[in-house]
Amino acid sequence: MADKLYVGVDVGSSATKVVIVNGKGTVLGKALEQSGMDFVAASKTALERAVNDAGASIDDVAHITSSGYGRKNVEFANDTKTEIACHARGAYQHFREAMTIVDIGGQDNKIIKIGADGNRLDFKMNRKCAAGTGAFLEEIARRMNVDMSEMDALARKSEEIVTISSFCTVFAATEILSLIRQGAQTRDIAKGAFRSVVKRVIEMDSLAGKAVATGGVVSHNPIVLELMAESIGHEVLTPPEPQFSGALGAALYAVDEARQ
Amino acid sequence: MADEKKKPIFRKINATGPCKKIMADHFYELDEAAKSGSRKIAWCTSVGPAELLRAMGFLVYFPENHGAILGATRVALDTIPIANAAGYSPEICSYLTSDVGAYMKGETPLSLAYEGITEVPKPDVLVYNTNQCRDVKDWFMWYSRELDVPCIGIESFCNIEISREPHIAAVSRQLQDLVPALEKISGEKFDLDRFKEVVGLSRRCSDLWEETLQMGAAVPSPLTFFDSTILMGPAVVARGTQEANDFYELLIPELKQRVKDGVAAVDGEKHRIYWDGMPIWGKLRDLSTTFLSLQTCVVASTYCNSWVFSDLDPANPFDSMAKAYTDLFIVRSDSAKEEYILEMAKIFKIDGFLFHDAKTCPSNSNNRYGMPERLAAKFGVPSVTIAGDLNDLRLYSEEQSITQIEAFVEQLGEK
Repeated sequence: MADKLYVGVDVGSSATKVVIVNGKGTVLGKALEQSGMDFVAASKTALERAVNDAGASIDDVAHITSSGYGRKNVEFANDTKTEIACHARGAYQHFREAMTIVDIGGQDNKIIKIGADGNRLDFKMNRKCAAGTGAFLEEIARRMNVDMSEMDALARKSEEIVTISSFCTVFAATEILSLIRQGAQTRDIAKGAFRSVVKRVIEMDSLAGKAVATGGVVSHNPIVLELMAESIGHEVLTPPEPQFSGALGAALYAVDEARQ
Repeated sequence: MADEKKKPIFRKINATGPCKKIMADHFYELDEAAKSGSRKIAWCTSVGPAELLRAMGFLVYFPENHGAILGATRVALDTIPIANAAGYSPEICSYLTSDVGAYMKGETPLSLAYEGITEVPKPDVLVYNTNQCRDVKDWFMWYSRELDVPCIGIESFCNIEISREPHIAAVSRQLQDLVPALEKISGEKFDLDRFKEVVGLSRRCSDLWEETLQMGAAVPSPLTFFDSTILMGPAVVARGTQEANDFYELLIPELKQRVKDGVAAVDGEKHRIYWDGMPIWGKLRDLSTTFLSLQTCVVASTYCNSWVFSDLDPANPFDSMAKAYTDLFIVRSDSAKEEYILEMAKIFKIDGFLFHDAKTCPSNSNNRYGMPERLAAKFGVPSVTIAGDLNDLRLYSEEQSITQIEAFVEQLGEK
């Protein structure tokens, strides 16, 4: 008889991630889709693809837990959990100790502190604006006419420090126009943008102790980990496939829920 | 399949009906006086010298109460930008901007609720106390210029540990100094016995309101913060009258009965939260529903407690009013505020603190100088801070705030 499948669906503002685990929490399959305008369609497609990836059948799904910005739109889910709970759970699965998790998402950032047994102690989310999020980086890339997928490599070529000081994404974009007028290089601006993200994150809360970063931004732009480590003075770790951390946490909650 | 939960049950408090009647009577009485000129009208800041005004024959109107109605009806969203365009920044008190904007637009939500009322009652005098903030004075000064009406008041202290004799003497003297100007406007001589009587009624109202709020200490709580924001109406607009006291005499037995019968305001109450900061008026219903569905009761708040004036003493009306209105939470230093909230946390047996960081109300946003962290460490329970505003919903991200609240309740459940 096939393993029962437990599914976590993390509908983020930018991407929808699905992770499938068995009853022991072992990852069997996963998939990622752009969330787009139709969260239901994106989550259904991602689920089908993840089931295929697991080489399983949809009939084996025992429980689905949805999470993320669009968690309440996943009409086929059995229950929901916030992304804060799921990111904590997903990260703890890899690093079984007390830590501070930094999740940098498309539209919001979270700092979650968990204890040695995985219990959540505290969390903070960024304030209303998109400063320091993936949306900020996308706007800066767009202003510089650079594809977002090239930003990390571009920033690594930087030779001069360029500072972007504005909190506001719109004002930061204006600041960049001014930097371009002054002759700043796009590679330096790109690195300045990543530094700005790090600054916005570290001013949310202290990152003392073990620091772990998750989310799409660090997944696609590992330079953020390096700049963050430089800034806080100690290493910042990341689980394998950090973009799926929330979906993994949701899948693990699905296992718990199905048992109850 | 998602969130197949039972629809939350709103348990209506029967005394809400009489509460609404007091509010209606208040506005109709003011409207009649404004139309006929039968009584003089004083506008007063919400924790201003209402007792003195009432004792001197004025009907008292509270623009902040109107501000809350503008927020709750979401009319504020249309009126704030009008005041912004007139030079009143989106960063300052959104009661001020929504109210001034509404006046400029010639609109009031009172006309929707109370047939026949088309405008707010024009004042004969504007009386402020800056114990809350400077904005209330700026607000009243706008009307003073616009309507050519005298604006007088009390310049209070701020950020004090607790009032000392010089503070009380200074405020008491200012209160007494208002008398000649008020006599001139009202045409009535100040009557000390009448003043003592009103202060006595107001003290009784304060005691009854405090007793009402204390009901929230019962487990499960018979009322929520969201109920209290409505039930506080008489304590705000009618303190110093017998009608307000009669209302609370009616309400308290109903709540006592709930406690006796174990009737919870929030079915299956699992968690108890303290709310610090202003209500988000335009989202009261949504937030109330969210907490109901999370089986979490907001059992106490700094905001609703702010109309408890236990120092009022009819035997010594000026000095006791000075003390009562200077020892208010909002006037106090952070260390005094912290001690107060800790005491509330113990009394109400809370599991967590929620701080509302209201963008346009720094005086009521106590999260900004590290208090949530200090309180959480001292009391050993977590806190969450949501960013929003009392009236300006442009400053409130609902999706993010609800996620924060849900995550917070999940965290409380994992303890």
